[in-house]
Amino acid sequence: MKMSKLRGMNKSEMNKSEMNKSEMNKSGRGACPRSSNPSYGGGKPLFLTCSFQTWGKPLFLTCSLLALLICSIAPFVKAQVQEEEVPSDDPVIEARLQSLSKELRCLQCQNQTLADSPAGLAADLRREIRVQMKAGKSDKEVIAFLTQRYGDFILYKPRVMYTTYLLWFGPFVLLISGLYLLFHYIKQRRDLITEKPLSADERRRAEELLASLPGKETT
Amino acid sequence: MLRYLIPLVIFIVLAVFLAIGLTRDPHELKSVLINKPAPAFRVPQLKAADKMISNEDMRGKVWLLNVWASWCVACREEHPYLIEYAKSGVVPIYGLNYKDRREDALATLDELGDPYIASAVDFDGRVGIDFGVYGAPETYIIDQGGTIRFKYVGPMMPDVWKEKILPVVQELNRQGK
Repeated sequence: MKMSKLRGMNKSEMNKSEMNKSEMNKSGRGACPRSSNPSYGGGKPLFLTCSFQTWGKPLFLTCSLLALLICSIAPFVKAQVQEEEVPSDDPVIEARLQSLSKELRCLQCQNQTLADSPAGLAADLRREIRVQMKAGKSDKEVIAFLTQRYGDFILYKPRVMYTTYLLWFGPFVLLISGLYLLFHYIKQRRDLITEKPLSADERRRAEELLASLPGKETT
Repeated sequence: MLRYLIPLVIFIVLAVFLAIGLTRDPHELKSVLINKPAPAFRVPQLKAADKMISNEDMRGKVWLLNVWASWCVACREEHPYLIEYAKSGVVPIYGLNYKDRREDALATLDELGDPYIASAVDFDGRVGIDFGVYGAPETYIIDQGGTIRFKYVGPMMPDVWKEKILPVVQELNRQGK
């Protein structure tokens, strides 16, 4: 069904400029499956449950249309090939994979870790990590292997380097400057509201003001 | 007066940053393999399973490696254009059939035509990992010496072909002469 949505989208957007179109296609590219075994051809049983005798004409029509839709999509609908994931028989490797894959990003579903993601690529990468660990590679070597191919973006926790200084330390800079401004503001206010004895000049002016009020006597 | 302008300035700065953010596609990742040697592979060909194909076979010429699969919707979008590009003969296009089944892949080529000189088979996605593939379609431009010079993520529509792919190919061909 994902397919039909995408295709429908392309049709309705046909009139838009070429640039918009290609951009949309791009976003349609990296789909994140909800289950680990995406099969988009799963619409057929729906058709089989509808029958003319039991449900009458309107439903039959609906069913026919649905069937037509499914059939028109079916030739294009092929699931991505995914080998079944076989956990390593070595519990140490499995534990290492668990902790390491929590620090790595799935490139397909970018807000998921390699440990969480059901995407095919994530499963492939987990399989590759198992192979490398079995071959005796350390966690560091595995991470180096992955960053050489996918870049630092695959690290869920970004490295501390000059391009990420702002990311790592920016919040602290904001916090400190915020605190500074806050104290500055509080100090200013406190200066404003604390009682101070009047200076000679101020006292004279106050007396003048009071004297100018009618019906009052100066002290 | 100035103190009332400060929130406005902050707002404008924020709005500009957010507007720039909207135009960027977070799925478009810069490849770290640009200007690095293309990863070596030696795998069976799609149409002739008994024959092997290796990146060494293409040494000495500029070529495109197009990652595709029968299950990939965006690949279908780009397919008719790929056939056109292949016909134009500007640059040889090789395929990397990524995480696919042989019968599905062959059926797709039968149905839509085959723009590829040959397709390398990567059913388990292992070659894809070496290339840093994270979806399909993806296209790599590889130069005479086997170095990756450019990577395009997503379908190569005619505007992309004209503005991004062709200039790089032509430049590489000129340098090679």
